[in-house]
Amino acid sequence: MLTKTSFQGKLTKTENLFIPFVVAGDPTPELTVEYAKRLQDEGADILELGVPYSDPLADGPTIQRAAQRALKAGMSLRKAIQLVPKLREAGVEIPVVIFTYYNPVMQIGHEALFDMLEENGAEGVLIPDLPYEESEEIRELAEARNIEFISLVAPNSDQRIQRIAESAKGFLYCVSTLGVTGERNEMSAEALSFIKRVKEYSQVPVAVGFGVSSYDHVKLVNEHADGVIIGSKIIRIIEDGLEKIKNGETEQALNDFSSSISTLIKG
Amino acid sequence: MLQVFPDIKGRFGDFGGKYVPETLMGPLQELEEALDQALEDPAFHEEYHHVLKEYSGRPTALTYADKMTDYLGGAKIYLKREDLNHTGAHKLNNAIGQALLAKRMGKEKIIAETGAGQHGVASATVAAKFGLECKVFMGEEDIRRQELNVFRMKLLGAEVVPVTSGNGTLKDATNEAIRYWVANCEDHFYLIGSVVGPHPYPRMVRDFQRVIGDESRRQFMEREEALPDRIFACVGGGSNAMGIFYPFLEDDVELIGVEAAGKGVHTPEHAATLTKGTPGVIHGSKTYLMQDENGQITEPYSISAGLDYPGIGPEHAHLFQTKRVRYESITDQEALDALKLLTVKEGIIPAIETAHALAQAFKEAPKMSEDETILINLSGRGDKDMATLMEHFQEEVE
Ligand SMILES: Cc1ncc(COP(=O)(O)O)c(C=O)c1O
Repeated sequence: MLTKTSFQGKLTKTENLFIPFVVAGDPTPELTVEYAKRLQDEGADILELGVPYSDPLADGPTIQRAAQRALKAGMSLRKAIQLVPKLREAGVEIPVVIFTYYNPVMQIGHEALFDMLEENGAEGVLIPDLPYEESEEIRELAEARNIEFISLVAPNSDQRIQRIAESAKGFLYCVSTLGVTGERNEMSAEALSFIKRVKEYSQVPVAVGFGVSSYDHVKLVNEHADGVIIGSKIIRIIEDGLEKIKNGETEQALNDFSSSISTLIKG
Repeated sequence: MLQVFPDIKGRFGDFGGKYVPETLMGPLQELEEALDQALEDPAFHEEYHHVLKEYSGRPTALTYADKMTDYLGGAKIYLKREDLNHTGAHKLNNAIGQALLAKRMGKEKIIAETGAGQHGVASATVAAKFGLECKVFMGEEDIRRQELNVFRMKLLGAEVVPVTSGNGTLKDATNEAIRYWVANCEDHFYLIGSVVGPHPYPRMVRDFQRVIGDESRRQFMEREEALPDRIFACVGGGSNAMGIFYPFLEDDVELIGVEAAGKGVHTPEHAATLTKGTPGVIHGSKTYLMQDENGQITEPYSISAGLDYPGIGPEHAHLFQTKRVRYESITDQEALDALKLLTVKEGIIPAIETAHALAQAFKEAPKMSEDETILINLSGRGDKDMATLMEHFQEEVE
């Protein structure tokens, strides 16, 4: 299931993967580095580093708010990629996947994007508004540069599920429910049978995202899939600490962050 | 011979496509199949044209603007009177087509985005007419400046959902409508108001608006025994312009799309997407848009809510790149002046959106010869703009 080239050999597990999502620069680039370190300490296997975007079509209000904070702090695709070496300096060793909408990529250019990913040591890229049909060139470039292009599959992907799953690289991002990102309280029977179908075709670990927001949820997903992707819930935990950070109690806020993440992942 | 656009990938040359989250690929496929079937079904065409005639009052008139022509002294000026449609703008043509398609697909709930409120009103109207449930997403700023249309939508039984993100204008309303559709695509039909969005929307809206150009062509031939020399239309997303241009694309007719220059294209406050923008992706489609150097979409500005949009339909981007259509831009003030002029000369109060097309045509007409002709798409009437017009003209008329 795993190959030597998965995330350049840096992903060593194939189940119970914990894949957190944070927005680069929310609320500052320095704090993003701190959160990433804490997430690794709590067992994160891959980090999804989100690039804030003015018009994030696939995102609900929580991630929209994070993007606004990060944009205000001056974050961009270029700067987010350049944050990767700072993560490494701080001891973050897990693979980093850059999550970005397509328009900023188009402005930098496909070749230049992969040059930057390579130079800065990011192992993957995920573009939520670049479906299979539009991504051929980028997928080929990713393959040539040994960078994982992460694909998404949704419950209504129907006949496309097989094609997407079979060509997936790194891990396959399984969107558990229709809708934008955000926390949800339950998982339907259909969602579970959908995950089962995806797993039949996928050569790489299948991770479930969109709505994972509690320990029970994490446990349930891990019984059926190979891992969880958690975004909005983590951003909410970050938001809980913003007041403390503003009051200069950053260390306390980071400790609270760690213990909330621990509760979320380990119960 | 012009190539047939869009191609099977939904592209008009370099532009168009489907840049959407995976969850929308299924619904877009379903829509495309239903649309293809409908357009091949003579019964669908018959029903669509029947509703246009009996309910919307088509064909709309072609009016010779004799007083304006005399006043400007140059080309003869004709107006295609889309303001005479039921609900007062071209928007209803498209709303009728899509509502009939929604019904065919068995979808009982529609959602729509709106800027000026004209598409929202058109959607609320067809929802009432065809017994559909209707939710309209509208930016807070637009809710403020188009108060009358907000009330009209509510009176028609639609729910108006205020959108607070961004500047609270059309771009933000469209984001929110798409997000809602992603979550509710199984039983909701997204009724887009212009030739924007992912494939097959730009093509579908164009095909439901081409009736403007088809009628114009017939009426113009009857009246002048020739085609017009120039056709002018304002461009927000670009639906009234595509509607009137499309049947003339292969003819020797000069086509001019007019964008909103707001406070001037040399200021940051404008919505002149082709004049000042660059290629990128917005609302699921590769096209021109207004953005900063990092690829973040910037906030547009125009006095007219219907043109206050940082993108443009992908087919326009293609027609711009291939130079088949010439694109110009007109400021708030120029549009207001043209609006006032048409009002006093012809007794027709146009929408502020439409006034942008008028202003450009009025600039060019005096430089043309008397045996040349101009056709302007009078996309809508100005009733919805009275509050804005009062701010500008109250003192002048007292
Ligand atoms: C009267 C009128 N004209 C033009 C427009 C601009 O839209 P489009 O460019 O799609 O025709 C609008 C939009 O609300 C409108 O109400």
